[in-house]
Amino acid sequence: MPSDHSETGLELRTVSIRLGGQELLAVDLVIAPGEIVTLMGPSGSGKSSLLGHICGTLPAQFDVSGQVVLNGRSLDGCPPQDRHVGILFQDDLLFPHLSVGGNLAFALPASVKGKAKRRMLVENALKNADMDGFADRDPATLSGGQRARVALLRVLLSEPCALLLDEPFSKLDSELRGQFRSFVFEQCRKNRLPTLMVTHDPEDGSAAGGRVINLA
Amino acid sequence: MLRFVPIITIAFMIGPVSAGLIGTLLPAFGILPALGGTEPGLDPWAALFAQPGIWQSVRLSLVNGLIASFVSVAIVMLFCAAWQGTRIFRAMQRILSPILAVPHATAAFGLAFLIAPSGWIARVIAQFAGWDRPPDMAIIHDPLGIAMIAGLVAKEIPFLFLMTLAALPQADTDRTAQITATLGYGRVAGWFKATLPRIYPQIRLPVLAVLAYSTSVVDVAIILGPTTPAPLAVRILGWLSDPDLALRFMASSAAILQLLVVVVAIGIWGAGERIIALAGGQIAANGQRFRHDGGMRAGSAVLAGLSAGALILGLVVLLIWSIAGFWGFPDIMPRSFSLRLWQREYDAIGSSLVTTLLIAVPTVVIAIALVLGCLEHETRSRHKPGRGAIWLIYLPLIVPQISFMFGLQVFFTLIGLERTLISVVLSHLVFVLPYVFLSLSDPFRTLDPRYGQTALCLGVSTMRVFWHVRLPLLTRAVLTAMAVGLAVTVGQYLPTLLIGAGRFATVTTEAVALASGGDRRMIGIYGLLQMVLPFAGFACALLIPAILFRHRRGMNAQNRG
Repeated sequence: MPSDHSETGLELRTVSIRLGGQELLAVDLVIAPGEIVTLMGPSGSGKSSLLGHICGTLPAQFDVSGQVVLNGRSLDGCPPQDRHVGILFQDDLLFPHLSVGGNLAFALPASVKGKAKRRMLVENALKNADMDGFADRDPATLSGGQRARVALLRVLLSEPCALLLDEPFSKLDSELRGQFRSFVFEQCRKNRLPTLMVTHDPEDGSAAGGRVINLA
Repeated sequence: MLRFVPIITIAFMIGPVSAGLIGTLLPAFGILPALGGTEPGLDPWAALFAQPGIWQSVRLSLVNGLIASFVSVAIVMLFCAAWQGTRIFRAMQRILSPILAVPHATAAFGLAFLIAPSGWIARVIAQFAGWDRPPDMAIIHDPLGIAMIAGLVAKEIPFLFLMTLAALPQADTDRTAQITATLGYGRVAGWFKATLPRIYPQIRLPVLAVLAYSTSVVDVAIILGPTTPAPLAVRILGWLSDPDLALRFMASSAAILQLLVVVVAIGIWGAGERIIALAGGQIAANGQRFRHDGGMRAGSAVLAGLSAGALILGLVVLLIWSIAGFWGFPDIMPRSFSLRLWQREYDAIGSSLVTTLLIAVPTVVIAIALVLGCLEHETRSRHKPGRGAIWLIYLPLIVPQISFMFGLQVFFTLIGLERTLISVVLSHLVFVLPYVFLSLSDPFRTLDPRYGQTALCLGVSTMRVFWHVRLPLLTRAVLTAMAVGLAVTVGQYLPTLLIGAGRFATVTTEAVALASGGDRRMIGIYGLLQMVLPFAGFACALLIPAILFRHRRGMNAQNRG
């Protein structure tokens, strides 16, 4: 078993989540770098709880067994901010008190020093998403599609080692959904991120082109 | 560090209450070494029961407290039943929220100036009835305490209304109202049968706080209540302030008696709840629909409007008196206006405002820091507090102030903190902490937890998430909670008076001290002064976020409510 920081992806070793003695879900899964695995299942099947467990924000009343390993490092007991696991929800959750640029700079690691350099990275990221010059805008003035893209850019700027997608396309209308979906998947592959997506929509699964796991 | 904050906060609330109760209980049975009481005995009780009219005072406290609470609850419930979800309801919501900032004493003075024999209402009637002198009636300080009940009701309605408002969404009331209406029920009947049973458990603790307060109130009773004899709490304060220190023993047993009165009141109220719940179960199932309840609805709007109107008119009449020149009886307005008194009192006003702030600023800062610490700890530990926690928060609001303030004074003397700013701040914190907590906990807990989760998953420390995400998102709620805290500390009469032992002349102690003198112009000035700080606080809570986030449209939605 590799213990160095080699890129072995995201491993869920016999992870089982229980609530009040009842098992919600059990998975055993390895997601390779750049691979997108889709998890489908009815609501209440514990899909979102699994994502919460992987990023370390699951409420204490859940009982969890098994191991979560990212690139050879066990994440269990590790606080969420030290896991390098990014998450996108169906709402963009842009911080309404910060500008678009402020939201992105919030995500940049502190190790990136210098105001000018940080500003440059933020503007480059916006440029890559065809959103030149949006840095000083109020997020509330953006369209739904633009907000979704900023939310993705924000996660990517935090330099995650894995990405979790919690029905991230369900609130976009069908035309936007296709565009944004391919943008997200392209970024996952380009950044070689092991990606776990939970969704209701079978189309998301087929668009991802990876394994699809049906729960329940 | 953070995990100790809830314990420290509870200690700040429960500690003084417990120490104060012990410090009252011991002298009540003859033990107070500082005054030579070393032998336990029942002498203080014998002395207390030998006081003339003691049972009449007890009866006044108990009966008037129960009536005032019942009337307040009934009006609020009726109004909500009749008007929930309508424009009138929203209008009342906008009127009543700022009124909550009016301190009890100011509200009582305003009401007194309206209904007194020479008050505004009598002056209006005089125009038509041709009176040339005030009617010879004891309208305020009436022996039955009706004026006092009116004052309490007017002031408690906004509080109970806002508490009910907070509970409404949790019972899915709008859809319940639709269902009862489509089943053919009148608005009021539908609400009482289907919504009230779900709402009431949520507002039960605030209702008990109102009941305990009304049964043991001091400042409103001094201003509006009967005097021969006065309600129990007022007489206790008299004995505590008596130069004859030996009376402290009897005062202590009276303070314990006051606690028992509150316990009995809560017992009676609880029995009433049971009976209503039992009868209500039958009535809910009997199919009576009361389709035509227009009269009831109009009546509830009139009652709610009257109480709000009385408070607002009361403030207006306070303002007019404060700048009145000569103002003879049947005249509706003074002959002349003058700022002479404001000028004469200028220095005194300044110093009482400074004293008030000297207490208020540290109290509010400590309270908001502790409450934020508790809520942040709750969020980080991802543990929900149990049911017991909410009782702890309400405890200081249910134990009558007069029952533990004297004991607390004894306690502070014992540890050498008597008459210090520290002890006054500590005594204010007992009451400020619960209100700040109640005001902030809902917005804090309903803030979408995914903001914090997203930020953490971006690799940001928990500290940064608090300071740069949660706190800015809650700016308006935090400032509002601070304004609530400010209003509570400014309105404190008994703790300032007893723990400060007269050293801290705040706007409120000054105002209540004027009650017996009857100088209306001075009462007008100090009654208004009491409101200046709370209103300034609430204005800041509205303006600061609006200015800070003027370029962030999303913050309006975030800060609504």
